Amino acid sequence: MINIFEVNETNNMIEHECLDVRTITIGINLLDCVRFDVKSTCDAIYEKITRIAKDLVSTGNEIGKEYGVPIVNKRISVTPIALVGSSICKTTEDFVEIAKTLNRAAIQVGVNFIGGYSALCSKGMTKSDELLIRSIPQALAQTEYVCSSVNVGSTKTGMNMDAIRLLGTIVKETAELTKEQDSLGCAKLVVFCNAPDDNPFMAGAFHGVTEADAIINVGVSGPGVVKAALTQCRGANFEVLCETIKKTAFKITRVGQLVAQEASRRLGIPFGIIDLSLAPTPAVGDSVAEILEEIGLEKVGAPGTTAALALLNDQVKKGGVMASSYVGGLSGAFIPVSEDHGMIEAAQCGALTLEKLEAMTCVCSVGLDMIAIPGDTTAATISGIIADEAAIGMVNQKTTAVRIIPVVGKGVGDTVEFGGLLGYAPVMPVNQYSCEKFISREGRIPAPIHSFKN
Amino acid sequence: MKKAIITVVGKDTVGIIARVCSYLAENTVNILDISQTIVDGYFNMMMIVDISASEKKISTMVTELEGVGNDLGVVIHMQLEEIFTKMHRI
Repeated sequence: MINIFEVNETNNMIEHECLDVRTITIGINLLDCVRFDVKSTCDAIYEKITRIAKDLVSTGNEIGKEYGVPIVNKRISVTPIALVGSSICKTTEDFVEIAKTLNRAAIQVGVNFIGGYSALCSKGMTKSDELLIRSIPQALAQTEYVCSSVNVGSTKTGMNMDAIRLLGTIVKETAELTKEQDSLGCAKLVVFCNAPDDNPFMAGAFHGVTEADAIINVGVSGPGVVKAALTQCRGANFEVLCETIKKTAFKITRVGQLVAQEASRRLGIPFGIIDLSLAPTPAVGDSVAEILEEIGLEKVGAPGTTAALALLNDQVKKGGVMASSYVGGLSGAFIPVSEDHGMIEAAQCGALTLEKLEAMTCVCSVGLDMIAIPGDTTAATISGIIADEAAIGMVNQKTTAVRIIPVVGKGVGDTVEFGGLLGYAPVMPVNQYSCEKFISREGRIPAPIHSFKN
Repeated sequence: MKKAIITVVGKDTVGIIARVCSYLAENTVNILDISQTIVDGYFNMMMIVDISASEKKISTMVTELEGVGNDLGVVIHMQLEEIFTKMHRI
């Protein structure tokens, strides 16, 4: 039987160490919503989303209350809109209409983000993919809750450099169109390599075409719990360190698994996966950087950071995999700058640079995330940053992503305020040498040799 | 049987257990186990209860017990048992 110490341990995690379930995300297939024109397709999309997800928020809140664990976000991901709109959208404005419909549906059901305004073009762009990508700046400027992502490469297909070149200008345009809000639009746009079909986390969530009609994916969290556990083993050897992380990750993930199963049962939607990512928030004590510092770094970015992160990421997975029946999504430590108190501090004091962040992304999921860069950074340089990150993903057979914000009118030394979970960030310097000639080459980079496994 | 865990944490005072137990009795919640300690002058109690006979929604009881806690100046939580068994038992 459960004893008082175990109960207190769990409740202490919730009350003092920021343990929560970060998101319940319903993935919804929209391919069956395609009609003969944009208007009727939008109506069908709105109807399906508001029907399937109508009880998501109330059910999430109820589960949270009954188990006494906060469920922070309830979200929706949909089939990549480039596929949904391929036969009916003839202009970028047509795609923006769908974005507005998604936004209305999000407001109606009360979710705080809806993802899937996406194109999958890791090898080539269809006309529809290109139109959707070109519509992203307007779509993100005219909606509040819609999130966009583009997959530009994979280990099996190589990298689509035409899409990467285009996205450099799209990121710039998105920044320009949302400059009144510190270029916030870019915080809702992720460029992926090896994008997963079942990611529950925004801004990169979409409902892949390999998925069922509707599915529930859950993202757990708890950097604060891991950090608190590690304060108990200062100075201990690596074996003790790793065991502690693993056990803690197991406990955190079990809560996610329980919530996922309950949500699935109550909503009558099958359970998909648990995403094991440690997801920070800007709150003190809810930081991945603080874990790395607890492991023994003076500041994140110091030599040893990559090794410490590799260790952390691996142990979280080893603990989490046993706790859940299905693991998927991104499942790695997130290292967003603006959303992590410790990362912000490290960037502000100069300990953490863009280059070190890039190295860190070789050993954990996601990539260059929520990084503010000077507004005068060129489109080619942004494409270069995307290409570097995609190459890391492609060669290492892992997901990588870029979510950078070239903040219009701001330069190195300024601070940008995004608000809420998106946090704030110092504008970080970018290497000033040009990659213009490299990026202007057309075509794609072939798949790496080790992708030929058949 | 549907089990929940009730925890009461706060400054020790007269009648905490009495108030909680009478609330549970009114709502046909059966107490299966009680353990209690005082840590640094703070009252720390855990109850394992069976709520399957109660007609109230769990979330309603959670809110009402919070209210009882506020009256007594202590913090009272009621949570379904699975969150603890899942976390602490393989």
